[in-house]
Amino acid sequence: MIVERSLLIGILLPIIFVFSPTNGIGQPPPDFVTIDSLMQYYERVNFDHAKHVGMSTDCAQCHHHTTGTAGENTNCRRCHKDSGSTPVVACRGCHAGKPFSAEAIKQSRLITTAYHKDKPGLRGAYHQSCRKCHVENGGPTECQGCHARNKEGDRLFNAAKDDRKLK
Amino acid sequence: MKRRDFLKTCTICGVAASLGSSRQAWGVSFEGYPDRMGVLADLTRCVGCRSCEAACNREQQLPAPSLSFDDQSVFEDKRRPTEWAYTVVNRYETKKEAGPVYRKIQCNHCNEPACLTSCLVNAYTKTKEGAVIYNPKVCIGCRACMVACPFSIPGYSYTSAFDPVVKKCLFCYDTRLKYGKSPACVDICPQEALTFGHLSDLIKIGHERIREMPDKYVDHIYGEKEMGGTGWIYLSGVPFDQVGFDTTLGNEPIISNVKDFLGFIPMVLTIWPALFSGFRLLATNGKNHLNLDSKQEDAEP
Repeated sequence: MIVERSLLIGILLPIIFVFSPTNGIGQPPPDFVTIDSLMQYYERVNFDHAKHVGMSTDCAQCHHHTTGTAGENTNCRRCHKDSGSTPVVACRGCHAGKPFSAEAIKQSRLITTAYHKDKPGLRGAYHQSCRKCHVENGGPTECQGCHARNKEGDRLFNAAKDDRKLK
Repeated sequence: MKRRDFLKTCTICGVAASLGSSRQAWGVSFEGYPDRMGVLADLTRCVGCRSCEAACNREQQLPAPSLSFDDQSVFEDKRRPTEWAYTVVNRYETKKEAGPVYRKIQCNHCNEPACLTSCLVNAYTKTKEGAVIYNPKVCIGCRACMVACPFSIPGYSYTSAFDPVVKKCLFCYDTRLKYGKSPACVDICPQEALTFGHLSDLIKIGHERIREMPDKYVDHIYGEKEMGGTGWIYLSGVPFDQVGFDTTLGNEPIISNVKDFLGFIPMVLTIWPALFSGFRLLATNGKNHLNLDSKQEDAEP
C-alpha cells in the first residue's frame, strides 16, 4: 500500500509538474506580481496573477508563446508554433521600459532583420493587452481602476486644487 | 545703321533670355531632412485619458487649466489648441460599436509648413529633427500663420495687451527633441497610441499595421501625403472625415499656390528691361522723337 502510494506520488507528481505551465526553467507562475514601473505618478500595483491564471484558458493569451503553448493567433503561429518556452516570461523581459529613448530608436534602426519592428514598450503592452481584455470581458477600464494615482500624479492632472493657481 | 542696331538688340535680348531661363534653380527639389523624426498617432488606441494634455502642460510650463485633466465633460465640445493648451483631445461619436473615437490635435509639423511660408518676418524654422518651431521674439503677432495653417493649429495670446504672439506645439524641441528624446506627450501615453521615431520608419510601420490588420484600420495614413506630408501622421479605424480630419486638403503644400507665379519674378526683372528696351529701339529706329541731337540728319530739306 505504502509502496504503491509513494510510487504513485513519485511518478504522478513529476508528470503533473512537467505538464503544468511554467517558464523555460521550470518555475511555476507567481501568485502576485508587483508592477512598479509607473511609480512617478501612480502607486505600485500588486497584480493578482493567480486570479487571472484561474480566469484564463491559456497562458498564451497574455504571454504569447513564452510559457510553451503556441496560442491561437494564426499570424503568430506561422513562425512560433514550435517555439516553446523562454527563460523569461515576465512582460518586461521583452517589452522595453523606455521604447522611445534615443538609444532604443538607434538600436531599432541598426537591427534590420527583426520581424517585430513595431513591438510596444512595457506601458503600451500592459495597457493594450490588459485593458483590451477588461473592456471585452469585464474588469476595470479607468486609469485608477487598476492603479491609484499618487500625489505627484494628482499634481500632474491638476486634481489637487492646492497646487498652481487656477486660470 | 538700322541692321546693326537690330542685331545689337537681338543679341542683348538673347543673352538676357538665356540668363533668365537658367534661373530655373527651383527645379531642384528638396525632399525634406532625411532623418527627421515624426509621430504615428493610432486613433484605434487612444482612450481619451488626457495624460498627453497633462504632460504637455507640465513640460511647456503652461498655466493650470480651470478644469482638471481628469475631467471628461470637456469632450462635450470640440476644442482646438490655444495659447494655454498646445494639444487637446477631442471625442467623436461614430457608427462603430467599439465606441467613441478620440483624436489628439496638435501641430502636425509639416514638411513644407504653411505657417513658415506665410510668416512675414521669418519667425518659423523647420529644424532638421523635424520640429517646426518659432521665435516668439521675432513674431510680430500678425496672425498670417493662423490664417495659412490648413489645420488651424497656431494659438495666439489674445490676453496679452502689449506682446501678443503666436503659440503652438514645439514638438518639445528645446527640452527634448534637440537631444533625440521623444516629446512629453508620447512618453506618457499609456496606450502607446503615439509612436515616436524617424518619419520614414513610421510610415512603413503604419502601412505594416494596416496590412496586418486590414479590418481594424482604414487603408490610409493621414499626413503621409496631405499638404506635402506632415511629421505627425495618423491611423484610424473609421473614415477620417468622421473624426474631424479635413480630407479635402490635397497633397500640395500651401507654397505651391504661389511658387510658380513668384518664381517668374527674377526672370521678369532680368528679361523685361532688356526686351522692352529692344522693342523701343526697334520701334524708334534708335532715334529720339525730340530729335535734339540729330537735328542735322532729320532736318527738313
